[in-house]
Amino acid sequence: MNWIRWLKKSPWVFHVNTGACNNCDIEIVNCLTPKYDIERLGIKLVGSPRHADALLVTGVGTRQAVPRLLEIYRQMPKPCVVFLIGACAIGTGIFAGGYHVAGPVDEILKKEDPNVIIAYVPGCPPKPEAMISGIVKALAIL
Amino acid sequence: MKQEELKSRLEEIKDKLIAIEQPRDNRIYLLCEAEDAYAVDKFLFEGLNLRFVIATGIDAEGCFEILYHFANDETGTFVTTRAFIRDHENPSIESITPLIPGAEWIERETHDVLGIDFKNHPNLRRLILSDDWPEGVYPLRKACPACPEPAEGSKTKELKNEKDIE
Amino acid sequence: MKKILNKPVLAVGPFHPLQEEAEFFQLTLDGEIVTDIDMRISYNHRGIEAISETLQFDQVPFLVSRVCGICSASHPLAYVNAVEEIAGITPPERAQYVRVIINELERIHSHMLWVGLAGHFIGYDTVFMWAWKYREPVLDILEEITGNRNNYGNVKVGGCREDVPNEMIPKIRQKLDELEKKVEMLVKVVLDDPVIHARLKGVGVLTKEAARQYAVAGPTARGSGIAIDVRRDDPYAAYSDLDWNVITQPEGDVFAKAVVRLLEVLESIKIIRQAVDKLPDGPIDMEVKEIPAGEGCGHAEAPRGETFHYVRSDGGNRPVRHKIRAPSFVNVPSFRASCIGQHIADVTITLAAVDPCYSCTERLAVVDGHNNVIHDYESLLKLSREKTARIKKEIL
Repeated sequence: MNWIRWLKKSPWVFHVNTGACNNCDIEIVNCLTPKYDIERLGIKLVGSPRHADALLVTGVGTRQAVPRLLEIYRQMPKPCVVFLIGACAIGTGIFAGGYHVAGPVDEILKKEDPNVIIAYVPGCPPKPEAMISGIVKALAIL
Repeated sequence: MKQEELKSRLEEIKDKLIAIEQPRDNRIYLLCEAEDAYAVDKFLFEGLNLRFVIATGIDAEGCFEILYHFANDETGTFVTTRAFIRDHENPSIESITPLIPGAEWIERETHDVLGIDFKNHPNLRRLILSDDWPEGVYPLRKACPACPEPAEGSKTKELKNEKDIE
Repeated sequence: MKKILNKPVLAVGPFHPLQEEAEFFQLTLDGEIVTDIDMRISYNHRGIEAISETLQFDQVPFLVSRVCGICSASHPLAYVNAVEEIAGITPPERAQYVRVIINELERIHSHMLWVGLAGHFIGYDTVFMWAWKYREPVLDILEEITGNRNNYGNVKVGGCREDVPNEMIPKIRQKLDELEKKVEMLVKVVLDDPVIHARLKGVGVLTKEAARQYAVAGPTARGSGIAIDVRRDDPYAAYSDLDWNVITQPEGDVFAKAVVRLLEVLESIKIIRQAVDKLPDGPIDMEVKEIPAGEGCGHAEAPRGETFHYVRSDGGNRPVRHKIRAPSFVNVPSFRASCIGQHIADVTITLAAVDPCYSCTERLAVVDGHNNVIHDYESLLKLSREKTARIKKEIL
């Protein structure tokens, strides 16, 4: 059965912050509020990784947060898509070289699961429009 | 409290201080040894009713400095106690948490990042560093490796009293 | 002998970062009453103070604006206050006014964000959607001035990077007029609602004495009757030329903090109006040749309270020590004073009342010590909402 096709219709997303400055997180919540309202497109933020099709990761991946991120990733039903939101998640951004930074997150995830599907949404923070466009583009490719 | 009154009251603890510096009108630094810091802070917090802001730990040359910043909000003045810890090998200082509960976190953080032992601190557990951070590595000391390897056998230590639950 | 832990323990987190610190709360319960609270942070610790020591003085504002995304104007401002104190310079007047405008716009959108989330936590999703809708025009103004909705990076040592163009001022005024009407409506809706009164009054009280003991800052302190405000006490930027009121409430409960924040939005609108009226002509930037050896304390009033930066320079081009204290670092430990003795359904709103950012409250796990039942964040939120519904039924 082609699960990816099902996923594309209405992706449910779970959001995890691995050491972000909260900006990307606020912008993700902004996507839910009246101006952008992504729920009308079928994208829904859910409260448990077990219900989610996609994982939104923000933040640099601190030493303390990374084990918890992997724990969450293992709980996700596969196949799933991981969206790295913002410069920090993509390449640790301005915090590169910090003593408490274990990232970048994509390398950590690839080590955990070589078949992981990762989509990148750059920006600091990405504007809500950029996030929506990123999700739409990624789902079109899948 | 007006500026003149503050300055005259500070004379009361002059015997505990090395010097009083005032680089500008509303920034006052009280220099003292680590042993006297508690008494000076007690005087500032209880005697003068100043607001505790935060403490800063610095790995200075040959010693550690702990700066306790207090604010006199009526004049916007910072009164900072600068305590020198001369022992660079086993730095320790009296904790002010029993006096000011708001200092608990900053003393735990300073203990984490600089390895300063706060005597009589009620709860000097790890606060800011990760569970796998090795013991004895202090990231804000001048001679610290950039990103140390995880400690062996480290595990999640989130519960307050793990023994209680076993 | 081993002690038996027979009281239920409620684990909250770690994946619900509060502002810059993701935290793990552990509440010990007696029935439904909280008897102890323990916290663990580190999840969001990025080691900014150490990174700052590797950057040049002029690069640091970009770093510190990313300490917290919502306070991304106040942190750089506190930092440049400290560095300008070391260098003994005063930036041009227009730059001071631009700083005020950016800072107050930030306060408006941050407080609106809090009002929305607070509404969400007690089950008033309409307030959530309204408040977040009304803060969008503010973000639009900020985007137009600085080029980014958040993380403005507008402050630099010796001035500002982007100016507020004079042609934009009528537009800012018009948006503020629209916003003011909506905020006034929101204030009335929130403050006249009997359910909100019943739900928030007397909840999570932080007494004046406890507030002093825990050294809290900002609206958390002002809601407990401590009239501190850096803008008035140690004026920076152009605040000494402007006229506004410091809002305080004596009660110390969640309702008092909500009132303080809502009324502060109106004060901020007042400040911006005066600032754009008085905006002087001239440069917004000055040349800073070197930062001499020395030390400086800078602070600024962020939406959540006093942001404090201590910078030490040895005459080189990098700070040798840079200490950052965000307001939440002192506000969050005060949960110990405000949460103990509370009903569990009130914990969410009490924790939210100091405005830790709840943007990622997607995973709270509730562990029941008796029978190891694991609930999640939804159930805790449900408890909070059920209580509101119950009160609603009793009143109506």
